[in-house]
Amino acid sequence: MHYKNNHRPKTPKGLLLSAIGVLLFLHLPFAIVMLYAFTTDETTFTFPPPGLTTKWFGVAMGRPDLWAALGLSLKVASIATVFALLLGTLAAAAVSRSKFFGRESISFLLVLPIALPGIVTGIALRSMMGLVNIPFSFWTIVIGHATFCVVVVYNNAIARFRRMGDSQIAASMDLGADGFQTFRYIVLPNLLTALVAGGMLAFALSFDEVIVTTFTAGQQSTLPIWIFSQLTRPRDRPVTNVVAFLVVTITAVPILLAHHLSQRDNL
Amino acid sequence: MNNHENTAIEFNQVSRHFGEVKAVDSVDLTIQDGEFFTLLGPSGSGKTTCLRMIAGFDHPTSGQIKLHGRDVTNLPAYDREVNTVFQDYALFPHMSVGENIGYGLMIRKVPKSERNRQVRAMLELVQLPGLEHRKPSQLSGGQRQRVALARALINKPKVLLLDEPLGALDLKLRQQMQVELKSIQHEVGITFIFVTHDQEEALTMSDRIAVFDMGRIVQTGTPSELYERPRTSFVASFVGTSNILSGETAQKITGSAQNISVRPEKIRLVAPETETADSFCAADGQVTAVVYAGMITRYTVALAHGQTMIVAEQNLDDVSKSVATSRGKQVRLIWPCSANNVLQDPE
Repeated sequence: MHYKNNHRPKTPKGLLLSAIGVLLFLHLPFAIVMLYAFTTDETTFTFPPPGLTTKWFGVAMGRPDLWAALGLSLKVASIATVFALLLGTLAAAAVSRSKFFGRESISFLLVLPIALPGIVTGIALRSMMGLVNIPFSFWTIVIGHATFCVVVVYNNAIARFRRMGDSQIAASMDLGADGFQTFRYIVLPNLLTALVAGGMLAFALSFDEVIVTTFTAGQQSTLPIWIFSQLTRPRDRPVTNVVAFLVVTITAVPILLAHHLSQRDNL
Repeated sequence: MNNHENTAIEFNQVSRHFGEVKAVDSVDLTIQDGEFFTLLGPSGSGKTTCLRMIAGFDHPTSGQIKLHGRDVTNLPAYDREVNTVFQDYALFPHMSVGENIGYGLMIRKVPKSERNRQVRAMLELVQLPGLEHRKPSQLSGGQRQRVALARALINKPKVLLLDEPLGALDLKLRQQMQVELKSIQHEVGITFIFVTHDQEEALTMSDRIAVFDMGRIVQTGTPSELYERPRTSFVASFVGTSNILSGETAQKITGSAQNISVRPEKIRLVAPETETADSFCAADGQVTAVVYAGMITRYTVALAHGQTMIVAEQNLDDVSKSVATSRGKQVRLIWPCSANNVLQDPE
């Protein structure tokens, strides 16, 4: 139903209030974390904060373990995303562009990892790695993250392939373009926004993943794991809030961009 | 048949089987250069598969396809001097109208200025001047249709294939595009091969028509040949409407038990027991239904021996009264015996 602006029925008060309530419930904790990044309290938090300071940013700057964890997380997320883009796109192309026996089952198996609880994936990967004797390293973390990152990219790519249909590719060939030219001028531009959106989502998922990481990381700490370990140490507690502040900023940007891109495409 | 100069497309015993299904079965077909040729048939009759094999999207299981004398049976789509207007137009949504039309030239590395010149000329031809910067999503269905046409024609193909291109348009626009397609074909002077399941469209547009049924061509001919002298009862009832008389009824009317078809508009309704000349055939019956359709009135008449016939009478006068009262009346149907068409149905 489309209403002209001035004829749009008024939102009932109750609905409006519950919408505000849900939004507060979802976002108030973020606001509090953000606020306590600036508190002058050292060990226990009081409300309202006794004073505001930016000194914790300085303290955070001076912590090499924090920067190592952040660096590791960024590296893992980037590489897992690259893997996901390659494998996810190829799998989507195979499933959508050809017909073969068991296609639907394969599609289901590809999506399954994201439906499985992370803890199952984690245990499975850990016992698998133990079985074939792969030592825990940077790469085992990447493999663990790739399991769900591939799915995200695959889902985005296959939806786009489906919407594209076969006739654009046929039309391109008909107009004289060979397979490579068709991929470059028709398939890739059509796919691009889906891949960017899928890639950003994959990056964000990998960046804050805890459960699978605890099972597949050795001695190394990714940022979320580092934060978790900090919570048990009362000293310098606001530093974790500073980090949380940074993490929200780093992950929010790609998610917002991805959302914006997929929205624009649906117009 | 060896006169390749005038032959655009030649099918030599072409078959396309999908497992057990014979989508196209031993088809022989010759299409002359410059013809507006229509492949007509119900869905699943093999007409679209034939078109796809000419375009190169599909390849025959056996047989040979020649394009202007050259064997193209197994060439890929991008190596053939054939272009297609797709049923869903298949415009590239991420490109402007100008980029869509110029795509074939871009692939062949035609310089940009020359490309732009030709794109503008094409837009003139399809009557969409100045729209090169629009996106396909900003166009109406009829405009997209024209862009698809321009995108195919700019490559100067030897043959243009049209896969039910008017199916998505509303009736008025469709009729307008039918006329326009004909005039564009006249202007560019190349062979058009048109696929449709709409017999009326086929009759109005084509120089010649091949009627497909179950993977085979059942009859090829000009629109008037197909309409006046359908070879089988399938053609007789698929192309237009026919009264098909068989067995005892045919025997009584024509003196021969061969199946015949008679077009409803050849028949006239007269009072029972009206005397007729020897050159006329006659049958008696009772009117069971009357449908007033503006230009004509359609009567359904149950004959004495069980068969029914349809009669279409042109509404020369105001027929409101007779339409209201003729249901249930006894009538005699008369038509010139020369309008009887003997069918050669395979047993």
